[in-house]
Amino acid sequence: MATQKKDLLGQRLTRLEDPPLILGQGNYAADINFPNQLHMRIVRSPYAHAKITSIDTAEAAAISGIVKIWTSHDIADLPPIDFRADKSSEELKPFRQNVLATDRVRYVGDPVVAIFAEDPYVAEDAADLVVINVEQLRVITSADDEPGEFDVGLSSEAGLLTHTYGDVDAAFAAADTVIELDLRTGRHSGVPMETRGAIGVYDADEDILKLYGAAKVPHRNRDTLVRMLGRDEDKIELHEGHTGGGFGIRGELYPEDVLVLVAAMRLGRSVKWIEDRQEHMMAANQGRNQHHLVKIAVDKDGMILGMEDEFFHDQGGYVRTHGANVPNRTMCMLTGAYNVPAYRALCHFRLTNKTPAATYRAPGRFESTFVRERLMDALAVKLGIDRIELRRRNLITSDQMPFSLNFDEPGVEDMEIDNGDYPQLLDKALNWLKWDEMEADLERRRAAGEMVGSGIGVFVEESGKGPSDGARISVDENGDIEILTGGASLGQGFETTMAQICANALGVDYQRITVIHGQTNLIPYGIGAHAARATVMTGSAVNVTALTLRTKALDLAAEMLQLPADSLDIVDGTVIVTDKSSGPSITLAEIARRNEEGLAAEDFHKTKESAFPYGIHFAVVKVDPETGSIDVERFMVAYDVGCMVNEMLLEGQLVGGCIQGIGGALYEEFVYSDEGEPMAVTFADYMIPTLDRVPTVECMITEDAPSPHNLLGLKGGGEGGINGVGAAIAGAIDQAVGIPGAITQLPVTPQRMKEILNNS
Amino acid sequence: MTKRSHISLSVNGDEYETLCEPDQSLVDVLRNELELTGTKEGCSTGDCGACSIRLDGDLVCSCLVLAVEAEGKEIETIEGMAPKSDELHPLQRHFLEINGLQCGICTPGILIAAKALLEKNSDPTETEIRFWLAGNLCRCTGYDKIIRSVQAAAEEMRKG
Repeated sequence: MATQKKDLLGQRLTRLEDPPLILGQGNYAADINFPNQLHMRIVRSPYAHAKITSIDTAEAAAISGIVKIWTSHDIADLPPIDFRADKSSEELKPFRQNVLATDRVRYVGDPVVAIFAEDPYVAEDAADLVVINVEQLRVITSADDEPGEFDVGLSSEAGLLTHTYGDVDAAFAAADTVIELDLRTGRHSGVPMETRGAIGVYDADEDILKLYGAAKVPHRNRDTLVRMLGRDEDKIELHEGHTGGGFGIRGELYPEDVLVLVAAMRLGRSVKWIEDRQEHMMAANQGRNQHHLVKIAVDKDGMILGMEDEFFHDQGGYVRTHGANVPNRTMCMLTGAYNVPAYRALCHFRLTNKTPAATYRAPGRFESTFVRERLMDALAVKLGIDRIELRRRNLITSDQMPFSLNFDEPGVEDMEIDNGDYPQLLDKALNWLKWDEMEADLERRRAAGEMVGSGIGVFVEESGKGPSDGARISVDENGDIEILTGGASLGQGFETTMAQICANALGVDYQRITVIHGQTNLIPYGIGAHAARATVMTGSAVNVTALTLRTKALDLAAEMLQLPADSLDIVDGTVIVTDKSSGPSITLAEIARRNEEGLAAEDFHKTKESAFPYGIHFAVVKVDPETGSIDVERFMVAYDVGCMVNEMLLEGQLVGGCIQGIGGALYEEFVYSDEGEPMAVTFADYMIPTLDRVPTVECMITEDAPSPHNLLGLKGGGEGGINGVGAAIAGAIDQAVGIPGAITQLPVTPQRMKEILNNS
Repeated sequence: MTKRSHISLSVNGDEYETLCEPDQSLVDVLRNELELTGTKEGCSTGDCGACSIRLDGDLVCSCLVLAVEAEGKEIETIEGMAPKSDELHPLQRHFLEINGLQCGICTPGILIAAKALLEKNSDPTETEIRFWLAGNLCRCTGYDKIIRSVQAAAEEMRKG
């Protein structure tokens, strides 16, 4: 593809989003109110698995201020929460969640009753009076357990999924060395600081249902709601306001979203629901919970011959909007940045009686990178080869690009890595870190009795998966510019990123640009913000649209100025003769005024290919042998993003992701009792990293491999901070405590660390 | 319904009178009765610091304070932080310049807490900043740019 000027890209421009946010003028879901609104409270199952025999709502209904109480009988016409269209799978359909539980509850937190009241306090008091009578059933709290019944005659093992290529048996038969590991990743989630919220409004005059508090994928959720509720596309609107973090888990379609909409229509009043934190910890999607039995075959030089993985994916109570996306991504990405000639993965996709699981930032990648890099560390020890050298030998090289993984299974999507130079990034990173000096220093400290060590995690990320997105850009008669997208802003800096890309392509001041997103009534399409797509897909759409608009403006200016279009340029919103600061000129505002049709364009970016950024994480940790607590002294992220839009915002993504990853590696875990009772439902139990416990993350961002699949070479940055954290921390702890292979499970809580040290 | 209580309080220098339920939290009254929605609620258990405000100068989680306890007290919230409508507090300005926020929901609480710190200690060390703000959770930024923003504001404020 032709190269394009990138003068403004990479610059650390301040964010367009921030002025209202620092003044306390953010308008999040809880800040949105409608006249005469009702407040919804969900009564959730206190049982992990039970058959509902009866529900008594009489006492709750008698409280003053209660307007309506619904059980599943009141909404029996509603279908279960559907998969997104591209995730549909007939085999998984029986495992979808009903809007309210019908005859069974399958996790503590499963919505059973919806209460609609004049006041949220009253609704909460009434919820306490609802009695759910049940017969308890066998509770499954681990995907390792023998599967049970999801429903009568239906196994809780929803599927056996496989990804295979090459002759794995031959690879293991020919191996010089085989390593087998038993590895686990704990149950984590995004836990955004804003809990979920949904406000349903019914415009009876226009017969339009409106959902406020939408996020992440408003257009896709609109499409799902169209199917579920049997309404026309223009009769459902989703509206996104300020959004307090997403991380993959917010903005999926949940039961509560459907309830506020249907209630608004049926009760004739707007309905507001704001999740409390305790509910969030038992109702919003969780993830990561996998158990891998993995083995790798290598020759005498440590070159990988084959890899085989059997793993157990703990899906929780239902299959939600993503279907089997997370285990599938785990299997696709397990081989990562290495040449693995033969590969077989088998996933036991199992329902358990815990909160349903779905995508959380770098879904399937945080897990698979931990597994793969544990294998590499174990191999290095077994073969006596330096762990960096072993990795280098096995890295896919730039002359192998584009690199394809073609799976044998029909229907399993092949993966084609667009480009990248992994050995080059490794060399650059080692130089940047002064790796040898760092290692020597750690060696000295260990010799002096300190438990310190370093670890490494090498990974490939997938981003910017298509198929298409578009944008509309218009210049008004004052020269102000509006970009209309179907993208979504979860706090990552979407508006600034789009404005910066537009300003770069068009030749205008980014501060004069307004970016619209998350409003399904204003634009018919939109890919949303998920799987590191926003910058690549919507950003590329904004870029091509801005270029189209630029051509249009130059053609109009050429006519108005009587000069050839190719002699003109746009600088700071004014068309001038290229490189001339004086002479004939006309502003974009003037062109918009003089041209009958104004000045606007719409264009699309379409691609069948993904863009694959890649990175390496390095951790230095210190273990306290007395308490088992682990201090991350340094964390370093080397990441190739192809083309950087705004360095400051990308750092924010990498550092923020990294600290989330440290949470998952050391502190955070949704623990359940044997009876399926969630033990972590507050921030006192689910410990996300705090300021006193985190390092300053160091970043080295490179742009060595711009993606060939879009004009600017963009690749995603949202998940590169978290992907390899578990892997790097585990390796660092192994070295610190001097026990190769010590870490087999994340998070490494102080209790687990003490146990390892006590048993050694 | 229980009998509502009458309370008077001062918020950012403005006097307010309102009715509230005896069990209503201060954050709810600020947000829902006084319509000062800049203060955010993140957990309602005092663990996250999103609802941080000053109550007679003390830094508190307004989710843990009953509104009736604020009777006659002086409250400071994010809405009162900028000295003038067209002038930002140095903390606000440096958070904007250094990208000390992403989604922004924890930001009002962090700004209020940081301002309380700088009034007590005009030259905090990085460790002092880390421990002072350890009760304010942020899930987006990874915290680093928050520290840099507070340091930059402190330096500017010291120079006057």
